[in-house]
Amino acid sequence: MATQALLMLDDGTCFAGEACGAAGEAAGETVFITGMCGYQESITDPSYYGQIMVFTTAHLGNYGANPLDDEAPGPVAAGVVLHDLFEAQGPFPHWRAAESLDEKLRRHGITGVKNLDTRALALHLRDHGSRNGIISALDLDKASLLRRVRQWPSMQGRDLACKATCADAYAYEARDKTVPDLHVVVIDYGLKRSILERLAAQRMRATVVPAAVTAQEVLAFNPDGVLLTNGPGDPEPCSYAVSCIRDLLGRVPIFGICLGHQLLGLALGAKTYKLPFGHHGVNHPVLDLGSGRVEITSQNHGFCVDPGTLPARAEMTHRNLNDDTLEGIRVKDAPAFSVQFHPEASPGPTDATGLFPRFRAMILRHREEALHA
Amino acid sequence: MPKRADIKSVLVLGSGPIVIGQACEFDYSGTQGCKALKEEGCRIILLNSNPATVMTDPGFSERTYMEPMNLDMASAIIRKERPDALLPTLGGQTALNLAVELHRAGVLREYGVEMIGAGAKSIEIAEDRDLFSKTMRAAGLDLPRNGIAANLGEALRIAEEISFPLVVRPSFTLGGTGGGIACNIEEFREIVRHGLDASPIGRVLVEESVLGWKEIELEVMRDGRDNAVVICGIENFDPMGVHTGDSITVAPIQTLSDVEYQELRNDALTVVRAVGVDTGGCNIQFAVNPATGRRVIIEMNPRVSRSSALASKATGFPIARIAAKLALGYHLDELKNDITRTSACFEPTIDYCVVKVPRFNFEKFAGSAPLLGLQMHSVGETMALGGNFREALQKALRGLETGLSGLEPAPVKGREQTGQSPQVRLEALRALLPVASPERLMHLYEALSLGMDIGEANALTGIDPWFLIELSAIAGTEKEIRGPFADLAREFFGEGKGLANRDKAAELSGRLRRIKAQGFSDARIASLLGGESEVGPEESDLRALRLALGVRPVFRCVDTCAGEFKALTPYFYSTFDGLNPDPAHLDHVRASDEKPLPRAGGKDLPRKVVILGGGPNRIGQGIEFDYCCVQAALAMKKLGITSIMVNSNPETVSTDYDTADRLYFEPVTIEDVLAVCEAEKLDGTLGGVIVQFGGQTPLNIARALSAAGVPILGTTPADIALAEDREEFSALARELGVSQAPSGMAGDVESACRTAGAIGYPVMVRPSFVLGGRAMRVIHSEADLRAYVGGRESGFVLDPASPILVDKFLEDSVEVDVDAVCDGESVSIAAIMEHIEQAGVHSGDSCCSIPTHTLGEDILERVRADTRKLGLGLHTVGLLNVQFAIRAGEVFVLEANPRASRTVPFVSKAIGQNVAGRAAEIMAGLSLAATGFEEEKAVTHHAVKEAVIPFTRFPGAEIGLGPEMRSTGEVMGIDRSFGMAFLKSQSASGAAIPQSGNVVLTVTDKDKAALIPLAARLKALGFTLFATPGTREVLAGRGIEADLLVKIGPRRPHLLDFMRDGKAQLMVNTISGPASARDATVIRAEALARNIPLLTTLEALRAAVEGLEVGIREKRSVAPLQDYYAGLVGAGER
Repeated sequence: MATQALLMLDDGTCFAGEACGAAGEAAGETVFITGMCGYQESITDPSYYGQIMVFTTAHLGNYGANPLDDEAPGPVAAGVVLHDLFEAQGPFPHWRAAESLDEKLRRHGITGVKNLDTRALALHLRDHGSRNGIISALDLDKASLLRRVRQWPSMQGRDLACKATCADAYAYEARDKTVPDLHVVVIDYGLKRSILERLAAQRMRATVVPAAVTAQEVLAFNPDGVLLTNGPGDPEPCSYAVSCIRDLLGRVPIFGICLGHQLLGLALGAKTYKLPFGHHGVNHPVLDLGSGRVEITSQNHGFCVDPGTLPARAEMTHRNLNDDTLEGIRVKDAPAFSVQFHPEASPGPTDATGLFPRFRAMILRHREEALHA
Repeated sequence: MPKRADIKSVLVLGSGPIVIGQACEFDYSGTQGCKALKEEGCRIILLNSNPATVMTDPGFSERTYMEPMNLDMASAIIRKERPDALLPTLGGQTALNLAVELHRAGVLREYGVEMIGAGAKSIEIAEDRDLFSKTMRAAGLDLPRNGIAANLGEALRIAEEISFPLVVRPSFTLGGTGGGIACNIEEFREIVRHGLDASPIGRVLVEESVLGWKEIELEVMRDGRDNAVVICGIENFDPMGVHTGDSITVAPIQTLSDVEYQELRNDALTVVRAVGVDTGGCNIQFAVNPATGRRVIIEMNPRVSRSSALASKATGFPIARIAAKLALGYHLDELKNDITRTSACFEPTIDYCVVKVPRFNFEKFAGSAPLLGLQMHSVGETMALGGNFREALQKALRGLETGLSGLEPAPVKGREQTGQSPQVRLEALRALLPVASPERLMHLYEALSLGMDIGEANALTGIDPWFLIELSAIAGTEKEIRGPFADLAREFFGEGKGLANRDKAAELSGRLRRIKAQGFSDARIASLLGGESEVGPEESDLRALRLALGVRPVFRCVDTCAGEFKALTPYFYSTFDGLNPDPAHLDHVRASDEKPLPRAGGKDLPRKVVILGGGPNRIGQGIEFDYCCVQAALAMKKLGITSIMVNSNPETVSTDYDTADRLYFEPVTIEDVLAVCEAEKLDGTLGGVIVQFGGQTPLNIARALSAAGVPILGTTPADIALAEDREEFSALARELGVSQAPSGMAGDVESACRTAGAIGYPVMVRPSFVLGGRAMRVIHSEADLRAYVGGRESGFVLDPASPILVDKFLEDSVEVDVDAVCDGESVSIAAIMEHIEQAGVHSGDSCCSIPTHTLGEDILERVRADTRKLGLGLHTVGLLNVQFAIRAGEVFVLEANPRASRTVPFVSKAIGQNVAGRAAEIMAGLSLAATGFEEEKAVTHHAVKEAVIPFTRFPGAEIGLGPEMRSTGEVMGIDRSFGMAFLKSQSASGAAIPQSGNVVLTVTDKDKAALIPLAARLKALGFTLFATPGTREVLAGRGIEADLLVKIGPRRPHLLDFMRDGKAQLMVNTISGPASARDATVIRAEALARNIPLLTTLEALRAAVEGLEVGIREKRSVAPLQDYYAGLVGAGER
């Protein structure tokens, strides 16, 4: 018989399901993800650090998990909530799979709840905003769960980049064996491996450095460009990162992704705010204001740059067609641009991978200009 | 770019008659497209020969041309209307082919008509397999290795380079007609020969087999700025080798990882760009090797398709609507998604599972093997949405209406299954599983239930283990129902004592909810609880228990976005896999319940009306009934009544989210419909249910609905049933003084023989309660009768509980169909139709005309009087259809049905009055007078309906028309002369009467005299006459020369050789009696195989001759329905 498990939200709404993954309990901001495949990439995306991930798709785990699709050494989410979990006896029946999703969750100590009414939960989060939740198969006392979830810190004002980043700088060994001719310093706020692979495909080798790096330390690597990665949490408390980026602006070409984009915005003097329930999915239409073309993008963020606070030196380059939020900026007087979405995809469509060659082109143009200056 | 200012009028091409592979999904897309164009202020000129469609309702376009869909007619329309643009992408293959013809003939250039949506070049690339392969390879995409052959020699050379099995696909054919899979050189030769014949350009593609690979389809939309999005991915349950139209399909894609899926998505976008589809929707099919992930492109359609209709219904995204707007120049990001008011430029995501199951009609084509392959055989489909795959699959299976109440083993025919050891049974199943057939799923389920392991099942069927494990899970739940659940439930039936024990009740309720979430219907659970015993609980007992335990489904919104945005459209499905209903559903119900009560004619009308659709299309129950349901919804809307549609057919207009005020995409079964009625406040605001428009499907549950307290609007189920019950109906006819042919009922073989003997052969035999004349036959002798009731020939087994009617078969009679509207107090006839076929042909398969053309006023008066009597005698409120046979000045009623008939849309189009809509108003409470319906509205034109029958799809099937309906679709010819209308109907059905050439005359003795003047007129028209000896002699006697043809027999060459040599351009063959019927069958088969038009009555010949004569005097002309209705086309001639 399945073990009962509960999800309690901090507004007292409770959903019942059955335990899966690692036995235990977890709390965190509860967000819903609408993509229909790509669960392995998502649960290993460090941007979900500390969050309870709710997958809305009816079936999860259909193709198991494999050693290739991880975006980080292991999942860092607090927990996973899902509807129908696919389990198979014996070797997992998919050519790419090495284990089942449940095995992977257990192996990495991620607590899960399955057979939960994820649609009702998603509608609740949509209408009432993303909020903290606690999942447990150990404690089924609702009052106790509610008390404990209410003590959990809010996502707003939390610096999680410092937790998701790497300990020390390292040179990334890419799977893509194209011989690089450019060198990029990647500031790791909780990076996805795919970003590094996309750089490699553009003949850019990456030196990954921790989030708290200073501009001087970055420049000491003598990079051709700097990439600000995605990551979890609220950008606002990351003042160390903001000042580093401010110092780098104009001195080296910069490309920011997701949290990296928000930090660039803050460095430019803009403000960020929390979206009611964020963007977590692989179907977000983004209009490239320059080309007039729409790209279907992979997104995962709870905070956003307020376009009304952008300084004159920056301009909006991308806009979300669903809610008109800002999706990308360009700095007019310095070689820097950033996007809120994930051009590296994984999971999701690869429509926007053209931003990596754009980064390369910006670097080359900057070099050219430096030569002639 | 916003809308183009230079496109003000658009010629839209429909898809013509319903055929296998091209069904009412194109009415759905065409109707949606027309609505979208109209919204943009376009003047729409529509060409479609199919009167059963919603899109040809004159309100959907300014100029509605119901003309044959050929180059001549389309050119004439273009000359007359001078449209700015031609939109060919909503009307299936027929529309694309016609557009290419118009382009090639230079007509579009000459009149400056721009092809929008897809250009001629991209259509050509997509359709010409050689060009397609080259284009794909140039774009760096992988395809199965292949080659194109124009003859057998070339095909054999290609075969040498690729190993067997090989796939053969003819170019430019619908639904893969004429294709096949060859495993050896013999098979290969045969299939190539077939394929070369079937291809209009005489070419076939010979291809590496990807049998057993995963089959995946993506629906893509692209706009003029090259924005492209994938609307839906669909995975086939059946692997490659079964036509996707015949496969169970599932959305979203279940077994691909994101890496694999994104590669497919990128390939799909590359294909769209390489083919150069300018704007609109297209469908791309891939095969994916399950062991390596290698993916190859199978084909693409640069237009909306059956799959895009499915994708629209599965996700809520209106592909055809958006495609029409893109064709006008809009970009995707300039359009809104109606469902959420967010951008239309996005990719829908869903949080439920969708399963489509095809519906087959092999039983209608005796002699044809029920095997599935590359050529499509299904005639309809049902779709279901569920919280998970298991629930969706079981909902779809019970919605299929093939007797299944969910996933269950196939009934074992002919021998007892019980007593067989599981090992023996498994052995038998092992032999069955490798063969794709409509029953394979059931065999697979049984095998898995008996313990076959997943690996073996996968090896035998190629079906992905994911699906197999899901099926095993259903089998596991079935075991739970039989075991622990049954033990617990037993105490609750009967006195309901168990309910007092709250712990047990809670446990039972929990178990039942989990079981229901796996898709098990009440009926299925009840039958499993019953086990082997006869006295298990009934479905209604289970339902009562379930409600007592509070286990009800919740209704959820199809919102395109997995709940991310608030959905505005009222499109819902039910699930037990979740406890919380969507607030949006409750809001919608509340909003309509708070509206003021609608009133009309001084009367309160119902606030809400549920309309039950017809479920999956099948022969005998198709688009005509959906047309009626749509009209009912529109009529309710007009009266201010909230219309609520329940249907499970994804191809239809009725299941478009804006047809009714609320759509429940649900199986039309008693359980699912009652759940909707409850959700719509059965004991409060629900006014009633319309059951008489959706064909037999809703009628089958009408009495159960009534018994559950659901008010049935219009004619009562009891009266509808009375009309179906042959004995009771005969009694009523006698009472009303309406003549019937001598008849009797029989419940067993001996009484059938006695009755028939007393009446005298030939007799017509018909079972009660069937639609489409299932198992009806004309029987000429006692031996034939014994064979028939023994089930050896028809698959029909006589059962004393449902006896058959044995009728005198009225040879040489003229049949007449009447459609009428009735409010219980008065009857208003819409039209009287006269058949142009020999008697005994099912009315759905026959050719008929409005107005009648040979009947005298006295006969018509008698028909009218009898219709009135029957309408009132059956207490009809709504629609009434009566069929009569007229012989020697006498009128006999054949049957009367107080419900929608197949001819309602044809009649509506012919007379320009909305028969179904007015009938629906009456059912809502209006009087006949208040609807403004005009009786037998006089028309100055003639309309002829002709049927289209899919014999070519069923090689080996007995060919010939009879009382069992076998047509899939119909066309209409309309003109001011009867003859020309007839010629147009023949031409539209694909059997155009030639204007010159050789005519073969072979008629029965009684027709010989009447043939003489017609033969003379044929001669005068310039035809060369050929006749069999008897016919020739009679003609020679009157000085009409005809060359001699030997009758079919041992002497050769004979008539068939003449046909095979391609010398016959037109066949005239009339019959009487069984001997000439045998020859006629052979002649019909040959005519069909060689596409030679065949006339089987002198009436038809007379009509053809008249038409040809008119055609010589004046050019064939085209006119829209609007002009006919306004009386602008000129007086007709008879």
